[in-house]
Amino acid sequence: MAIKTSRLRDIPLAFAMLGPSLLVLLTFVLYPLGKAVWLGQQTCDVQGKNCKSVGWGQYTTVIKSDQFQHALWVTVKFALITVPIGLALGVGLAVLADKQLRGMRFFRTIFSSTIATSVAVASLMWLFLLQPSIGVLANLGWLHDIFPVIKEPGLLKDSGTALWSVGISSIWANLGFTFILVTAGLQSVPKEMHESAYVDGAGGWMRFTNVTLPLISPTLLFTTVVLTSRAFQAYGEMDLLTNGGPIPQDSTTTVTYLIYGSSSIIKNNDGLQAAVAVLLFVILLALSALQFRGFGKRVHYGS
Amino acid sequence: MQYDAPVASIRLVGVSKHFGDVKAVDNVSLDIADRDFMILLGPSGCGKSTLLRTIAGLEDPTAGEVWIGDNMVNDVEPKDRDVSMVFQSYALYPHKSVQANIEFPLKVRGIGKAERAESAKQAAEVLGLTPYLERRPGALSGGQRQRVALARAIVRQPAVFCMDEPLSNLDAKLRAETRAELVALHSRLNATFVYVTHDQVEAMTMGNRIAVMRDGIIEQVGTPKDVYDKPASVFVAEFIGTPPMNIFPAGSVEAADHLVGARPEHTHIASSGVAATVALVEHLGHEIQVVCTIDAEHRATVRLPAGTEVPSNGSSVFLTANENHRHRFNVETGLRIS
Repeated sequence: MAIKTSRLRDIPLAFAMLGPSLLVLLTFVLYPLGKAVWLGQQTCDVQGKNCKSVGWGQYTTVIKSDQFQHALWVTVKFALITVPIGLALGVGLAVLADKQLRGMRFFRTIFSSTIATSVAVASLMWLFLLQPSIGVLANLGWLHDIFPVIKEPGLLKDSGTALWSVGISSIWANLGFTFILVTAGLQSVPKEMHESAYVDGAGGWMRFTNVTLPLISPTLLFTTVVLTSRAFQAYGEMDLLTNGGPIPQDSTTTVTYLIYGSSSIIKNNDGLQAAVAVLLFVILLALSALQFRGFGKRVHYGS
Repeated sequence: MQYDAPVASIRLVGVSKHFGDVKAVDNVSLDIADRDFMILLGPSGCGKSTLLRTIAGLEDPTAGEVWIGDNMVNDVEPKDRDVSMVFQSYALYPHKSVQANIEFPLKVRGIGKAERAESAKQAAEVLGLTPYLERRPGALSGGQRQRVALARAIVRQPAVFCMDEPLSNLDAKLRAETRAELVALHSRLNATFVYVTHDQVEAMTMGNRIAVMRDGIIEQVGTPKDVYDKPASVFVAEFIGTPPMNIFPAGSVEAADHLVGARPEHTHIASSGVAATVALVEHLGHEIQVVCTIDAEHRATVRLPAGTEVPSNGSSVFLTANENHRHRFNVETGLRIS
């Protein structure tokens, strides 16, 4: 009883302490989220005003629509391209840079530098690289002899290569992030584990698969979850490089582009945009939970 | 589990290992006989671990030759040296079961599953790990983990065992027990052990020979009895034995220009001798240790049987050393004068 009354007495103080962060959370996270969920069952005029409810069925309509399903499939393909390749490259570079060689600090700086590059800058850079007439790739004669698509119609303008090209720019832009995380993971592996395996006769590949990979598995899981969530939310690359195109295939219209893009089919419909955004949120939440559950058992978090 | 496999002697000839300007090991020559239990003893930073790692192949010597058996192994990979190594941290793989940990050295050698399991079982039995084979190292106590590390070392029956302070992470009681077990393991396996420690008790109780190191060089090599009874230098005299040997200033005990050393059990409080002041009296139960200050640089400890009447702190006393238990050292070099 005494405990209960003292707890009751603590409530005002507790709320006073929690107040500031609660206020921020409510204003900038929970309220917009609730507002978006609500907006998702409304329809508005072109200015985004005079919204009225058309019922929760709007979510089902969106899920069943070809546009949403197409965008979701493009997004999944984008993630399937960028996450495994980005992770493999990041791990590869980090393992290389982990060797105690002269000048490695310089390469570490280079490899991590893309973390300081914004999506806009990275995308513009890739736009110049991939540009079909004056771009760097287009002016490598032997290369466009093998791949004529580089010049005609251009990697970003061909429906078969556009998503891959955007994917490569995204992989490049995220590489610094992956590299830094994996490098930190590698440095936490005790040196003696490698030495012990080395004395026992394990070669480089054996040590990598038996010692390094299992011991950095928490880092790899975290990186995979973050990269996947980034891939599902990638927007700037599509906006700057392809504008969701090439049309009519909409080869790079991902879910985020469908929500937000300037040539999206629903760009003037706030209600539909909100509905798609909420669905993306639910999908990402489910995906992250799945990743943690699925890989969680195989991840070792130290003794 | 015992083998008369190709067990090997180790010979170090003028081995040096420099890290930049630091001479971790400096021109060391040492013979370790076949089936020896050799202890590399010294304070931290003396180069004993580096020397061990040079034998195991984890460090390339800057100069000199490392021989194992009849082979010069300077350019031989660790895996081909027929050595195994036990680390202070045990270096167990936390994601593998105890069995998989023990099997690992066999797995990397491409030995079949059934044979691996059989060998691991035997090694586990030697070290009393049979009930824990399915567990992960994280679910074991420190002592058990240490045994897993040993099991992993013995499973492929190497000629030479290199051990780098394997008992340092155990508590005092367990350390004392494991000491005896390691000695038993050595005689059971009948292999060559090279064991690094900074603990002179481990050195005295386990090794059949001790190499005392300081600043990258070996000060003395000998049996535990040798290094205790005939320390080659003041450093060895003061490093071996608890409490260490008392060193008296030149000219105080004997009228000659050399230092005189005497073990605390051979030092006595008398009516005349070297003047000293009692600084500390420690009652250990079975005996009493009286620590005296001779001058600013010299202290001496006297062991007295329990129940003896002892002088009080701060009182002036005179110390003598048994005539036939005196050790004499050169003032300049600190080396023993025979």
